[in-house]
Amino acid sequence: MMKRNLFEKVWDAHAVGQLQNGQTQLFVGRHLIHEVTSPQAFGMLREKSLPVRYPERTFATVDHIVPTNETQEPYSDPLADAMIKELRKNCQDFDVTFFDVDTGKQGIVHVVGPEQGLTQPGMTIACGDSHTSTHGAFGAIAFGIGTSQVRDLLATQTMALGKLKVRRIEVNGSLNPGIYAKDVILHIIKLLGVNGGTGFAYEYAGEVFDSFSMEERMTACNMSIEGGARVGYVNPDAKTFDYLKGRPYSPQDEDWDKATSEWASFASDEGCQYDDLVKIDASEIGPTVTWGINPSQAIGIDETIPDSTGMGEKEKASIDEAIEYMKITPGAPIKGTPIDVAFIGSCTNGRISDLEEVARQLGGHKVKEGVKAIVVPGSQVVSKLAEAKGLDKIFREAGFEWRFAGCSMCLAMNPDKLIGDQLCASSSNRNFKGRQGSPTGRTMLMSPIMVAAAAITGVVSDSREVFSS
Amino acid sequence: MPLEKISQVSGQAIYVPGDDIDTDRIIPARFMKCVTFDGLGEYLFYDMKFKEDGSKKEHPLNDPRFINASIMLSGSNFGCGSSREHAPQSLYRAGFRAVIAGNFAEIFFGNSINLGMPCISLPDSERAKLASFIQENPSADVIVDVQNLKIRFDGSSIPCELRQGARESLLNGTWDPIDELLGANESVEAIHNRLAYS
Ligand code: SF4
Repeated sequence: MMKRNLFEKVWDAHAVGQLQNGQTQLFVGRHLIHEVTSPQAFGMLREKSLPVRYPERTFATVDHIVPTNETQEPYSDPLADAMIKELRKNCQDFDVTFFDVDTGKQGIVHVVGPEQGLTQPGMTIACGDSHTSTHGAFGAIAFGIGTSQVRDLLATQTMALGKLKVRRIEVNGSLNPGIYAKDVILHIIKLLGVNGGTGFAYEYAGEVFDSFSMEERMTACNMSIEGGARVGYVNPDAKTFDYLKGRPYSPQDEDWDKATSEWASFASDEGCQYDDLVKIDASEIGPTVTWGINPSQAIGIDETIPDSTGMGEKEKASIDEAIEYMKITPGAPIKGTPIDVAFIGSCTNGRISDLEEVARQLGGHKVKEGVKAIVVPGSQVVSKLAEAKGLDKIFREAGFEWRFAGCSMCLAMNPDKLIGDQLCASSSNRNFKGRQGSPTGRTMLMSPIMVAAAAITGVVSDSREVFSS
Repeated sequence: MPLEKISQVSGQAIYVPGDDIDTDRIIPARFMKCVTFDGLGEYLFYDMKFKEDGSKKEHPLNDPRFINASIMLSGSNFGCGSSREHAPQSLYRAGFRAVIAGNFAEIFFGNSINLGMPCISLPDSERAKLASFIQENPSADVIVDVQNLKIRFDGSSIPCELRQGARESLLNGTWDPIDELLGANESVEAIHNRLAYS
């Protein structure tokens, strides 16, 4: 039998047939929805008098618009309140399971899927959200889609898609102490560029990914889209299965062994073909911070902000635009840049291991006066786990605000926003102009531990120095 | 209902310079607090067009000479970032019927084709020519010829690119695949039953 990679195996197992325009009609086994990109899709179904074909394959949660400082409805923002009610109604009308705020299961869709055991190897998964690539950490093919495709999935459980090429990215060797999955993915994006992954699925592999925990794999897969790749995945292994064992939607009892052997069979065959191969040496990766307005504009903590003098016209224009927007000085060290806000959370770094790692190092330190620092667990499950371990107390004592679960300050659809040109050290995934709610707000992306270091010193800092003592 | 066959788009064009124009810039997230796409045209490039106090910034979209533009020309990696269909919807609802750029982010590209809005790729040097033509002749028509993969302006005709599948679906009026997807009932049911997971 021909050797195939995971992407091809999963694709083949879900291909319904070829469409007139040459695209594949792909069956999507698991569909996740949230309040922002689904209401219009339900509207289109109603317009066409179509039912949801397999309601048991769709799961909903609410994340983008939920306030993280109040739980009582109606929310103070009437638009947000209308959106949660609309989702609730749509789920009721069409018989879709909804992890509502009173279920204890609500949270960011890409945190909820895995922790409920909904995300499993060998699946096709889609969600009207570009960070759906996160679920690839389990060896699933998971992609972000638009609202018309959300409609297609609701109505037919299938969508039209062109097959992607596969680039294997191997990170070998071992990471230096104090370097995290976030640094690895920022480094990859810096190397391959924000559109380097267009047309590709990324298969992450090598010693570093083998040794990563599931949550670290999720952090890396999450930001595939920041590198232009719609899909990113890691081959399933024993760690994947361990993580899934006993989760609410995982196969139980006698189904478990059958499931794991099937899951294992989806892993890329030894010696299979890839369209491209990139090898990265883990020892080259340092704590990485973005200085600009797209996620590839990143440097090591010991480097200086780029100076465009003498560069080509195109490169110069893009660097100058970023430097002007960020109000930083070319040639200056990034270390020492004053920050106003520190945000730990999001579907990239709002999981329990992220919070544990920061809390472990935080003891005794205090947030610098004048810095607003918030921690937002990625889901209610994460909140509860963290509170049971007393992490909330550690954060509060250090001067962080401890919030309810949601997307919070990752984007501007809830009350957590930057004001004016505040600069935010953020564990999220996008540093676009205006991303965090103020049209002039500034974002520097980094790992949660680096965010904590910045919160404590009030300036962009090397966490290895701040937490060494 | 059969869809319109889109073999060409013609109209006035506008040049919005810049590479990596992301979907947050095309439509800032705060305007996505809505349950329909109606009215999104108003918020297209909002923070590029308006200052925080609501007064207008200098931006091509605020230039009265381009008020009727239906074709947008921009830089490379247009539409990167989030999967929000709100971005192409806001362009469409602001009257745009085609976008020309160096290249496009994948999800944005697919979302636009789904609306019947061609996303055409053109190399840097050709884009520069077209940009200066537009600046000098704001009211002239530009033709995006999907059939022949050409952009026509000022008596010249330059080759452009559009992925074959997308081109075909525009030409034969199948850019919204829903009817075709609905047609494959039995094979879909077979896969649904075969998959170990529900
Ligand atoms: S945390 Fe941010 S990136 Fe993730 S789903 Fe929410 S808004 Fe999107």
